[in-house]
Amino acid sequence: MTRWHLTAVLSVLGLATNCGPKGAGPKGPEAKAYGAALVEVSGGKQVAAIGTTLDQPLVVQVNDAQGGAVAGAAVSFRAGGGATVIPPEGLTGNDGQLTVSVALGGVAGRYQVTAITRDKAGKTIEWRTEEIALGYQQNLGRQLNDRYCSRCHDPESTAERVSNHDNLNAKPHAFTDGAFLNNVSDADLTSIITHGGAALNKSPEMPPYGGTLGKADIEALMAYIRAVADPPYRLKGLVYASN
Amino acid sequence: MDLRRKVAAAWAFLFGDSARAFGTLSLVLVACLAVVPAKDHFREWSRYQTRYLRLIRQRGDAATLQRRFQPGLQQTWLPELGVVDRCTTCHVAMKETSLADVSTQPFRPHPAIPHSLNEFGCVMCHRGQGAATTVEEAHSSTKAWEQPVLPARYFEASCGQCHQNSLTGTPQLNLGRKLLARYGCVSCHALRTAGAARMMPTNEPPPLTHVARKTTREWIYAWLKNPQAYSVSATMPDFKLSDADARDISAFLIDQSTPYQQPDASKSSSAAADAQEGASVYGESFCASCHAVQNAAGLMVGGDVGPELTRIGSKVKPEWLGTWLREPKLYAPHTAMPRYRFSEKQLGLLAGFLEAKTDSDLLANVHLDAATKEQIAHGKALVNERGCASCHELNGIKKPDNFAPDLSVAGSRSLAKIVFAPGVPHTLPDYLAAKIRQPSAFGSALKMPQYNLTPVQVDALVTGLLAQTERAEAIPAVLRVAGTPVLKYDPAGKAGKLMQDMQCFSCHAINGRGGDMAPDLTWEGSAVQRAWLLTFLKNPNTLRPALIRRMPRFNLTDAEAQTLTDYILTAYQTPAFDADSLDSASFTAEDRERGRQLFYSKYACQSCHIVDAQNDKGYVGPTLTEIGAKGTPAWTFHYLKNPQLLRPGNIEPNQSMSDADARALTAFLMAQKKAPAQEAAKK
Repeated sequence: MTRWHLTAVLSVLGLATNCGPKGAGPKGPEAKAYGAALVEVSGGKQVAAIGTTLDQPLVVQVNDAQGGAVAGAAVSFRAGGGATVIPPEGLTGNDGQLTVSVALGGVAGRYQVTAITRDKAGKTIEWRTEEIALGYQQNLGRQLNDRYCSRCHDPESTAERVSNHDNLNAKPHAFTDGAFLNNVSDADLTSIITHGGAALNKSPEMPPYGGTLGKADIEALMAYIRAVADPPYRLKGLVYASN
Repeated sequence: MDLRRKVAAAWAFLFGDSARAFGTLSLVLVACLAVVPAKDHFREWSRYQTRYLRLIRQRGDAATLQRRFQPGLQQTWLPELGVVDRCTTCHVAMKETSLADVSTQPFRPHPAIPHSLNEFGCVMCHRGQGAATTVEEAHSSTKAWEQPVLPARYFEASCGQCHQNSLTGTPQLNLGRKLLARYGCVSCHALRTAGAARMMPTNEPPPLTHVARKTTREWIYAWLKNPQAYSVSATMPDFKLSDADARDISAFLIDQSTPYQQPDASKSSSAAADAQEGASVYGESFCASCHAVQNAAGLMVGGDVGPELTRIGSKVKPEWLGTWLREPKLYAPHTAMPRYRFSEKQLGLLAGFLEAKTDSDLLANVHLDAATKEQIAHGKALVNERGCASCHELNGIKKPDNFAPDLSVAGSRSLAKIVFAPGVPHTLPDYLAAKIRQPSAFGSALKMPQYNLTPVQVDALVTGLLAQTERAEAIPAVLRVAGTPVLKYDPAGKAGKLMQDMQCFSCHAINGRGGDMAPDLTWEGSAVQRAWLLTFLKNPNTLRPALIRRMPRFNLTDAEAQTLTDYILTAYQTPAFDADSLDSASFTAEDRERGRQLFYSKYACQSCHIVDAQNDKGYVGPTLTEIGAKGTPAWTFHYLKNPQLLRPGNIEPNQSMSDADARALTAFLMAQKKAPAQEAAKK
């Protein structure tokens, strides 16, 4: 009996020592410098279809306590839920920046990407962003948004599309405006899209799309609006009584 | 000794007498019989089912979920599709939308899609081994079963098995198919979608039969060495030619070139032309609707129908440019470039402007000696070997048939038949992506050239190829959604010739043929008034202020504009309504006032259109200040009733207007025009 126990304990120890260096040891390049803060340069809060690589790379910068860029600082990335960051770690360049690309996971939702660096004392500094993955229905909604809605609802102009947002008396809500849109129920949102703003005593500048978009289209559009809301939209669940 | 005694004792204990032996054998038999139920009990899928039952026990709707749960092995069998799926054995909650918040697999419900899971099963879209009952075998490729689950980034490929048309919900697949045609993939590779004709290239590579007239051997050499150095947006791939090979091919191309009939090019003095004026001819002619130029910031400004013009002055010979601008079809009979009918002055200015777009670095290091016979012969051999004639027309070389492997079922290629390059994961999508990204990694003898593609384009191309499966070939024809057919519509007569000349179809579609850059003109004859069309053709003004690409001015003569106007008004009439059914004279001032109120209040048209240039600001749709002089009343009325009926795909929402509202609005809109006296005074 005792012999068996001893063997078991030894083998467990052996496993532990075998795994030890692999799990906990330092990986990636050795840091040549240390910063005091991590800031985003670009690439946070992007929207893309599930499984795809984001259009824009994610760029982060390591700064020292005075806000100056630190070259040669080691930054590693963590992404949850099947998203991958390529490369997962690296040293900042001469401008203090590190550029990585992010591929989203196969399930629709929000993916947290965390960048980690260490200061001189070895304390970890983290910075976090969210990237949004769209499933089939939400992606369809996105296409419809680009075609029908974004001309007025997106206040930003692009080279190919001049925004009509500022020409309207009642300023349309951007679809990312979760603070407002999250409080509009599915039924109300459907009504506004189907019957126009006038149906809910809102501005008639929002025309009715019920004759142009089908039921499935409108559902897709709603799924997209809910998916990109910031702060995120949460299902209300059943509300039995409210005071 | 010791051991032997122990064995003997054990034997005596188990089989010492007949009763003991019988008992022992019975126990062994029971144990043997227990193996099967025990194995069944410890199956992977039954563990998942137990875990699912534990999961739903905590939920509010546990009773309903439990009632709908079906224990045991589940199977979807769709013989006509060749689908045998047991996926729902573990993925038990596919249809339980109330579990939307569950994030652990395999218990997530399926997200919303336009198809029923019962009708199509799982492997149609996800691939993998539907009949397998273990996680490993169902999802990954094993020795016996080599079809793994399709990674999420290529999902749209599955839609493409049935849908040969371009769906709103599959942007990646649509892009992939467009790129297969645009980058000339299908010039070398045959690609047929099931039940359809071979995919045709859309890139229109220039013929090289008269290339020596167009450009120099030095430019050809530099271009062959690195097409992207000349034009960042070039679709021509890099063939990774050695200096000697590029030298010999350029020698051959110049040698095979024949003269073509160039009209007497008494070229105007372009060198002295004013750059400012040249730029304004370029602008007025809206060259940028089709051609791009890289600006100082490195951004491309302009369309991608024609080639990029950033360094055009370093490429073309001045006498060729003059002829080309005058008569493009003389050099390239199938070009999309319109004949502009420029005046001699305009020609000189434009040619001068374009010739000044040079890049001194491009040809700085190119020094070629006169070509020898051997070099020319070697060049010809190389041209044959590299399949140049698959895309370009050449003298003395025929377009090769099936130059590269057929890609019609590229998405079903057996892994066993693929030679993987080192470092490439052993899956079909990874192989396709790696091959497109860098063909030379698969061996230097490979003929496929190096393309300059972004990661998004590579993903799209892989998606397009993965849609070409054997399953797609075997699908019942009723399930197939055919692609939009490209119709061979050719207007006849004088007007037809004019339309060919101006390349109307490069931008406008008529009767199913043509581009989508500008409005569909199939029913244009019912839409517009004669006087307006005549003026517009002679001098197109801007209809939509927010648009960057616009209709160019073709410098038509009065007679040409007349011919075209007559043809459009006669031939392009819609059968949906009678053009004379509504007369502007029947509108009263009351109608107009009611229309005005509807325009500004009920329908808030001013949010997208401008009627009063002082106060209205909307610029999503066309400006309507002159609509009364442009549109016909009948068209306006019917368009208001249903914008998509007359212009399919139009983004103007269908407001389900009543006849009375539409009539009042028409009355208001038809009054939107300059008073004739005012117009006369202006002239």
